[in-house]
Amino acid sequence: MLDAIMSGLNGLVAGFIHLHWSNPVMILVGLILLYLGIKKGFEPLLLVPIGFGAILVNIPLAGLMDEEGFLRIIYDAGVMTEIFPLLIFVGIGAMTDFGPLLENPKIFMLGAAGQFGIFLTLALALALGFTKLEALSIGIIGACDGPTAIYVTSQYAPHLLGAVSVAAYSYMSLVPVFQPPIMRLLTTKEERMINMGTVKKSVSKTTKIVFPIVVTVIAGMIAPKGLPLLGTIMLGNLMKECGVVERLTKASENEIANVVTLLLGISIGATMDGRVFLKYQTLIILCLGLLAICLDTVCGVFFGKLMKVVTRGKINPLIGAAGISAYPMAARVVQREGQKYNRKNYLLMHAMGANTGGQVGSVIAAGVMLSVVNGLGIV
Amino acid sequence: MDNLTFGVSMVVVGMGGTLLTLWILSLLMLLLKRIFPYKEENEKNISG
Repeated sequence: MLDAIMSGLNGLVAGFIHLHWSNPVMILVGLILLYLGIKKGFEPLLLVPIGFGAILVNIPLAGLMDEEGFLRIIYDAGVMTEIFPLLIFVGIGAMTDFGPLLENPKIFMLGAAGQFGIFLTLALALALGFTKLEALSIGIIGACDGPTAIYVTSQYAPHLLGAVSVAAYSYMSLVPVFQPPIMRLLTTKEERMINMGTVKKSVSKTTKIVFPIVVTVIAGMIAPKGLPLLGTIMLGNLMKECGVVERLTKASENEIANVVTLLLGISIGATMDGRVFLKYQTLIILCLGLLAICLDTVCGVFFGKLMKVVTRGKINPLIGAAGISAYPMAARVVQREGQKYNRKNYLLMHAMGANTGGQVGSVIAAGVMLSVVNGLGIV
Repeated sequence: MDNLTFGVSMVVVGMGGTLLTLWILSLLMLLLKRIFPYKEENEKNISG
């Protein structure tokens, strides 16, 4: 009788007995992510489910990531199949207005320069001893685009998915913190004061409808391995611009995006089991991810300076910093910085153009990367 | 393939490929704007 009672009591404390030292640490990390999302407002739609997922998966014996666990089922169905990031991209496309980019197509090039950090960080990760496929996944943090990072990492280094996605989403939300010092360091006061004038409306509705189709076909031919990413974002944009499938557009940018964001977030949090996550390697990945996004900003601003020279002073180099995929945060940072030095300076629409260029650029950079890796026979 | 060759190839082809692709797309955008020019009256009719 007493034995039975003791066994029953043992069952109630089994969770505490099986607690590994790394589990409370990761529960704390989950709490920090919740704090950043709830209190500081950093990407709450993602950090709240990720943080809660991290707490769930670090409670011993619950088996949520075991073969029959509900988090494992969601993870396998949506992340490992790459369906979640692709569905999110349909929503992103439906929310994005490529108008400012189409008004001034030459600023599209800033969206390419803003991706250089991906490739430079990839080379650095290789030098630090990561395998080729791990280096690809670490470099892609520089896309500053969560779904792209998840898409690439789930294919090539699923064991790094937790670290890579947390880095991608956290740094995306920290763009307003680390971009301004880099922008000020690399530009002169005169450059920051350059007024680019107002954006004149010069794009027809037909151009806006044809644009996603042309981009899909041409960029898809160049980098076919990135077509799932590019195709979904452009499908979303086509639905928005054609205006005849309003119900689908609204569903993509609201219901579908919301449900998938929730499931994606909790699945990513579920990869943060302390026994797997708490490694020296994770810390290096987080540092390399930050470096990647800083390098994107550096390359973008330098390219902006080059364009300033080529256009004889018509381009404000600050908008180069918006050539990353963090939309629309990076554009807002540029607007704020520009107005600090010239109150009459309205860079927002120009920066939005560079920023949407960065969105397409990040997807194309990922596609180019995947196609080159395929061409080199690495996978 | 050794890591150095792979790294250099990725940096050169990756950065160059991205830049080239976006340059081609920017040219196509200019072309689209020429083929379908913006006309204020037409746009008003389309939108409403």
